[in-house]
Amino acid sequence: MRFDTYDAGDFYDEMFEAGAHPRPETSLLAQKIDSLSDEELRTRQLAAERALLTRGITFNVYGNDAGAEKIFPFDIIPRVISAASWETIEKGLKQRVVALNHFLADIYGPQKILKEGVVPAALIASAAGFLPACRNVTPPRGIYCHIVGTDLVRDRDGQFYVLEDNLRCPSGVSYVLENRQVMKRTFPQVFNRSRVRPVDVYPGKLLETLQHLSTANSPTVVVLTPGVHNSAYFEHSFLAQQMGVELVEGRDLVVLDGRVHMRTTQGFQRVDVIYRRIDDTFLDPNVFRSDSLLGVRGIMDVFRAGKVALANAPGTGVADDKVIYSYVPSMIEFYLGERAILPNVPTYRCEDGKDRQHVLANIGDLVVKAANESGGYGMLIGPQASTAEREDFKARIQKNPREYIAQPLIGLSRVPTIVDEGNIEGRHVDLRPYVLYGEDIFVLPGGLTRVALRKGSCVVNSSQGGGSKDTWVVGSDQNEPVKSPADKGES
Amino acid sequence: MLSRVANALYWMNRYIERMENVARFVDVNLHLALDFSAGDAQWEPLVRTTGDTAPFKERYGEPSRDNVLRFLTFDRENPNSIIACLAKARENARSVREIISSDMWEQVNRAYLLVMDAARSTIAMDAPYEFFAAVKQAAHLFVGTTYLTMSHNEAWHFGRLGRLLERADKTSRILDVKYFILLPQLGDVGTTVDELQWAALLRSTSAFEMYRKMYGGITPSKVVDFLLLNPRFPRAVRYCLIKAERSLHAITGAQSGTWTNPAERELGRLTAELAYADTKEVLARGLHEYVDDLQQHLNHVSDAVHFTFFTMRPISEEADVLRTLPLPPLSAAKLQ
Repeated sequence: MRFDTYDAGDFYDEMFEAGAHPRPETSLLAQKIDSLSDEELRTRQLAAERALLTRGITFNVYGNDAGAEKIFPFDIIPRVISAASWETIEKGLKQRVVALNHFLADIYGPQKILKEGVVPAALIASAAGFLPACRNVTPPRGIYCHIVGTDLVRDRDGQFYVLEDNLRCPSGVSYVLENRQVMKRTFPQVFNRSRVRPVDVYPGKLLETLQHLSTANSPTVVVLTPGVHNSAYFEHSFLAQQMGVELVEGRDLVVLDGRVHMRTTQGFQRVDVIYRRIDDTFLDPNVFRSDSLLGVRGIMDVFRAGKVALANAPGTGVADDKVIYSYVPSMIEFYLGERAILPNVPTYRCEDGKDRQHVLANIGDLVVKAANESGGYGMLIGPQASTAEREDFKARIQKNPREYIAQPLIGLSRVPTIVDEGNIEGRHVDLRPYVLYGEDIFVLPGGLTRVALRKGSCVVNSSQGGGSKDTWVVGSDQNEPVKSPADKGES
Repeated sequence: MLSRVANALYWMNRYIERMENVARFVDVNLHLALDFSAGDAQWEPLVRTTGDTAPFKERYGEPSRDNVLRFLTFDRENPNSIIACLAKARENARSVREIISSDMWEQVNRAYLLVMDAARSTIAMDAPYEFFAAVKQAAHLFVGTTYLTMSHNEAWHFGRLGRLLERADKTSRILDVKYFILLPQLGDVGTTVDELQWAALLRSTSAFEMYRKMYGGITPSKVVDFLLLNPRFPRAVRYCLIKAERSLHAITGAQSGTWTNPAERELGRLTAELAYADTKEVLARGLHEYVDDLQQHLNHVSDAVHFTFFTMRPISEEADVLRTLPLPPLSAAKLQ
């Protein structure tokens, strides 16, 4: 048996319960993988990789040769989530996104939460993502965060925690859709019988979410990209193509007569909704960074006048600040009067004297993160760091405590992963589900499972040796067919 | 369609065509070197007609076969070298991957790999005929793939417009190479050497056989007539302009013989000029002078295309800019 020697380790294993028994939701899959020879498994892995390569599923690596493209490493063993777990995640995410949207409307509006002292006012004033230029501007339909990618991790006891919120330009959804295309061909029968919930609806839902922001009859929607050198260019191009809208760069857009237009070969065409994949501060050289060549001069005036919708709205980045993240459970209580369904990872705020002392004293056991970095940068994993690295972070924390938080090291859950020659070992994963906030709130069932391919590593970022897996949210009754012995091993 | 996308398609095709023509420039000189060796001096005009003499001199000093080949082929700092053209064609292709066919994208990549591999070996110096033939073939494959795998829609017409304007310019420059090489040896005019050189010129534009079928014997005026004014040979300047104009009208939907924007006006004028031009007139004026003016007119057409379709300013303003640029007369023969 293939899994006889599989070591689930001292972590939550997404496929096996204690004693190497497949979980109910993964039993079909485990049987199937067990029935394949090493050769067959390898062939399927290679076929999947080839399919991704020919489909051009690549990303650019910064600091590499200009314009270098790589395939995002992919592992064919999917991560399976039971219907019950998913229900909690879905409810928790909806609750969280609603609270965050209230928070954004509040701090750019009346600032009740600051006045009542739930969130310190100084924290907002010093947050890099807070844009004073957006005070007292109500975005179309009052929605700030239309597209959210929230990173979840699962600890040893199986509990999901929110690791961070991404309210600016969360990326990765194109991999979810492309991985799924490939997986349907890799394990067609298991896929079918597991009643995996579909993800193909995403581009259509995204388009609806964007169109909802305009009152025009048939609004013109575009995707705004920084250009071919951006690491996520493939995704920008993919989403534009899937939605059937134009992919534009800043230099394609111009403000004329108080509206945004795109330059076409037939002249200027009005643009109503912009799904922008460039950062806030590059949006408008008149208002933010004057050296930005990526944005559109004057676009903020048009936005403030309500004549163009930007998704996500400028200023949402304030909620990505990792110190502000630590207040999200309080926001949920403040705005909704509810308890957070999905808990945060316990977080020490280095600005707080007591917390700071604790962090400095126990840095070897903690993960330290810069408040405004992402992608695995600006981070110290205490238990794995050298003394010099720890001292460096201690100095940084003391110099600028506002900019750092610390969290206990979560023992990320693991999923069996093909490592070499058909051998399978557990590798750590996280999960990024995608939430769309339009007329109502839609949570894409599944999301991007990122996997740290290096043995023992917990860093899942694609820029640092991470890969991905398909994520299956399976039907609640999916394990019924295996009750019939005749079906065994034939899926 | 988006102006930026049209621009990228236009330039992707221009750069592939430019690359092919650099290979042709080198080819004509290699052929000439076989029949008529003037040593390293023969390579200097190539730099003058294609790249800039000053930056070349600065980095390489005196021209020789090897350093001119390197400059025109693998020098990334020379914006018109084969490798620089391909790199830019590939960048443009990458930015419109969702518009072009994947066969086209693959062919651009294959061409790029061919030249990148050659840059790491000595093949271009040791076996230049084979290498430059391979570069030409790579360009032909791209054009053929484009023709056969992409809808002949607006995007396709922007590509063809770019390719043909580039080719018209480069065929005229190849004629100029002959001018520069020959001029110092006026005594050779009408001799065997002269005929061999014109034959080499025809070969380097793949025109030798087609010319023979039409005219038989090689005389300078007929070669000029064939390469400048022939409406059916695909590398002749006039052919290029006729097809470019057709693409332009396909893009705008305007009737041929009319104009609705500066690009149509400038290109229509130039095409008409060539339709009614006469070789005698051209030679009386001086081939070099004529070609020089022709190139300025072509630049003017390119500017007009740029103003009309690609820039962010209102079109009316652009037309005013165009009108202020003085143009030399093309066919008004300066008979002394």
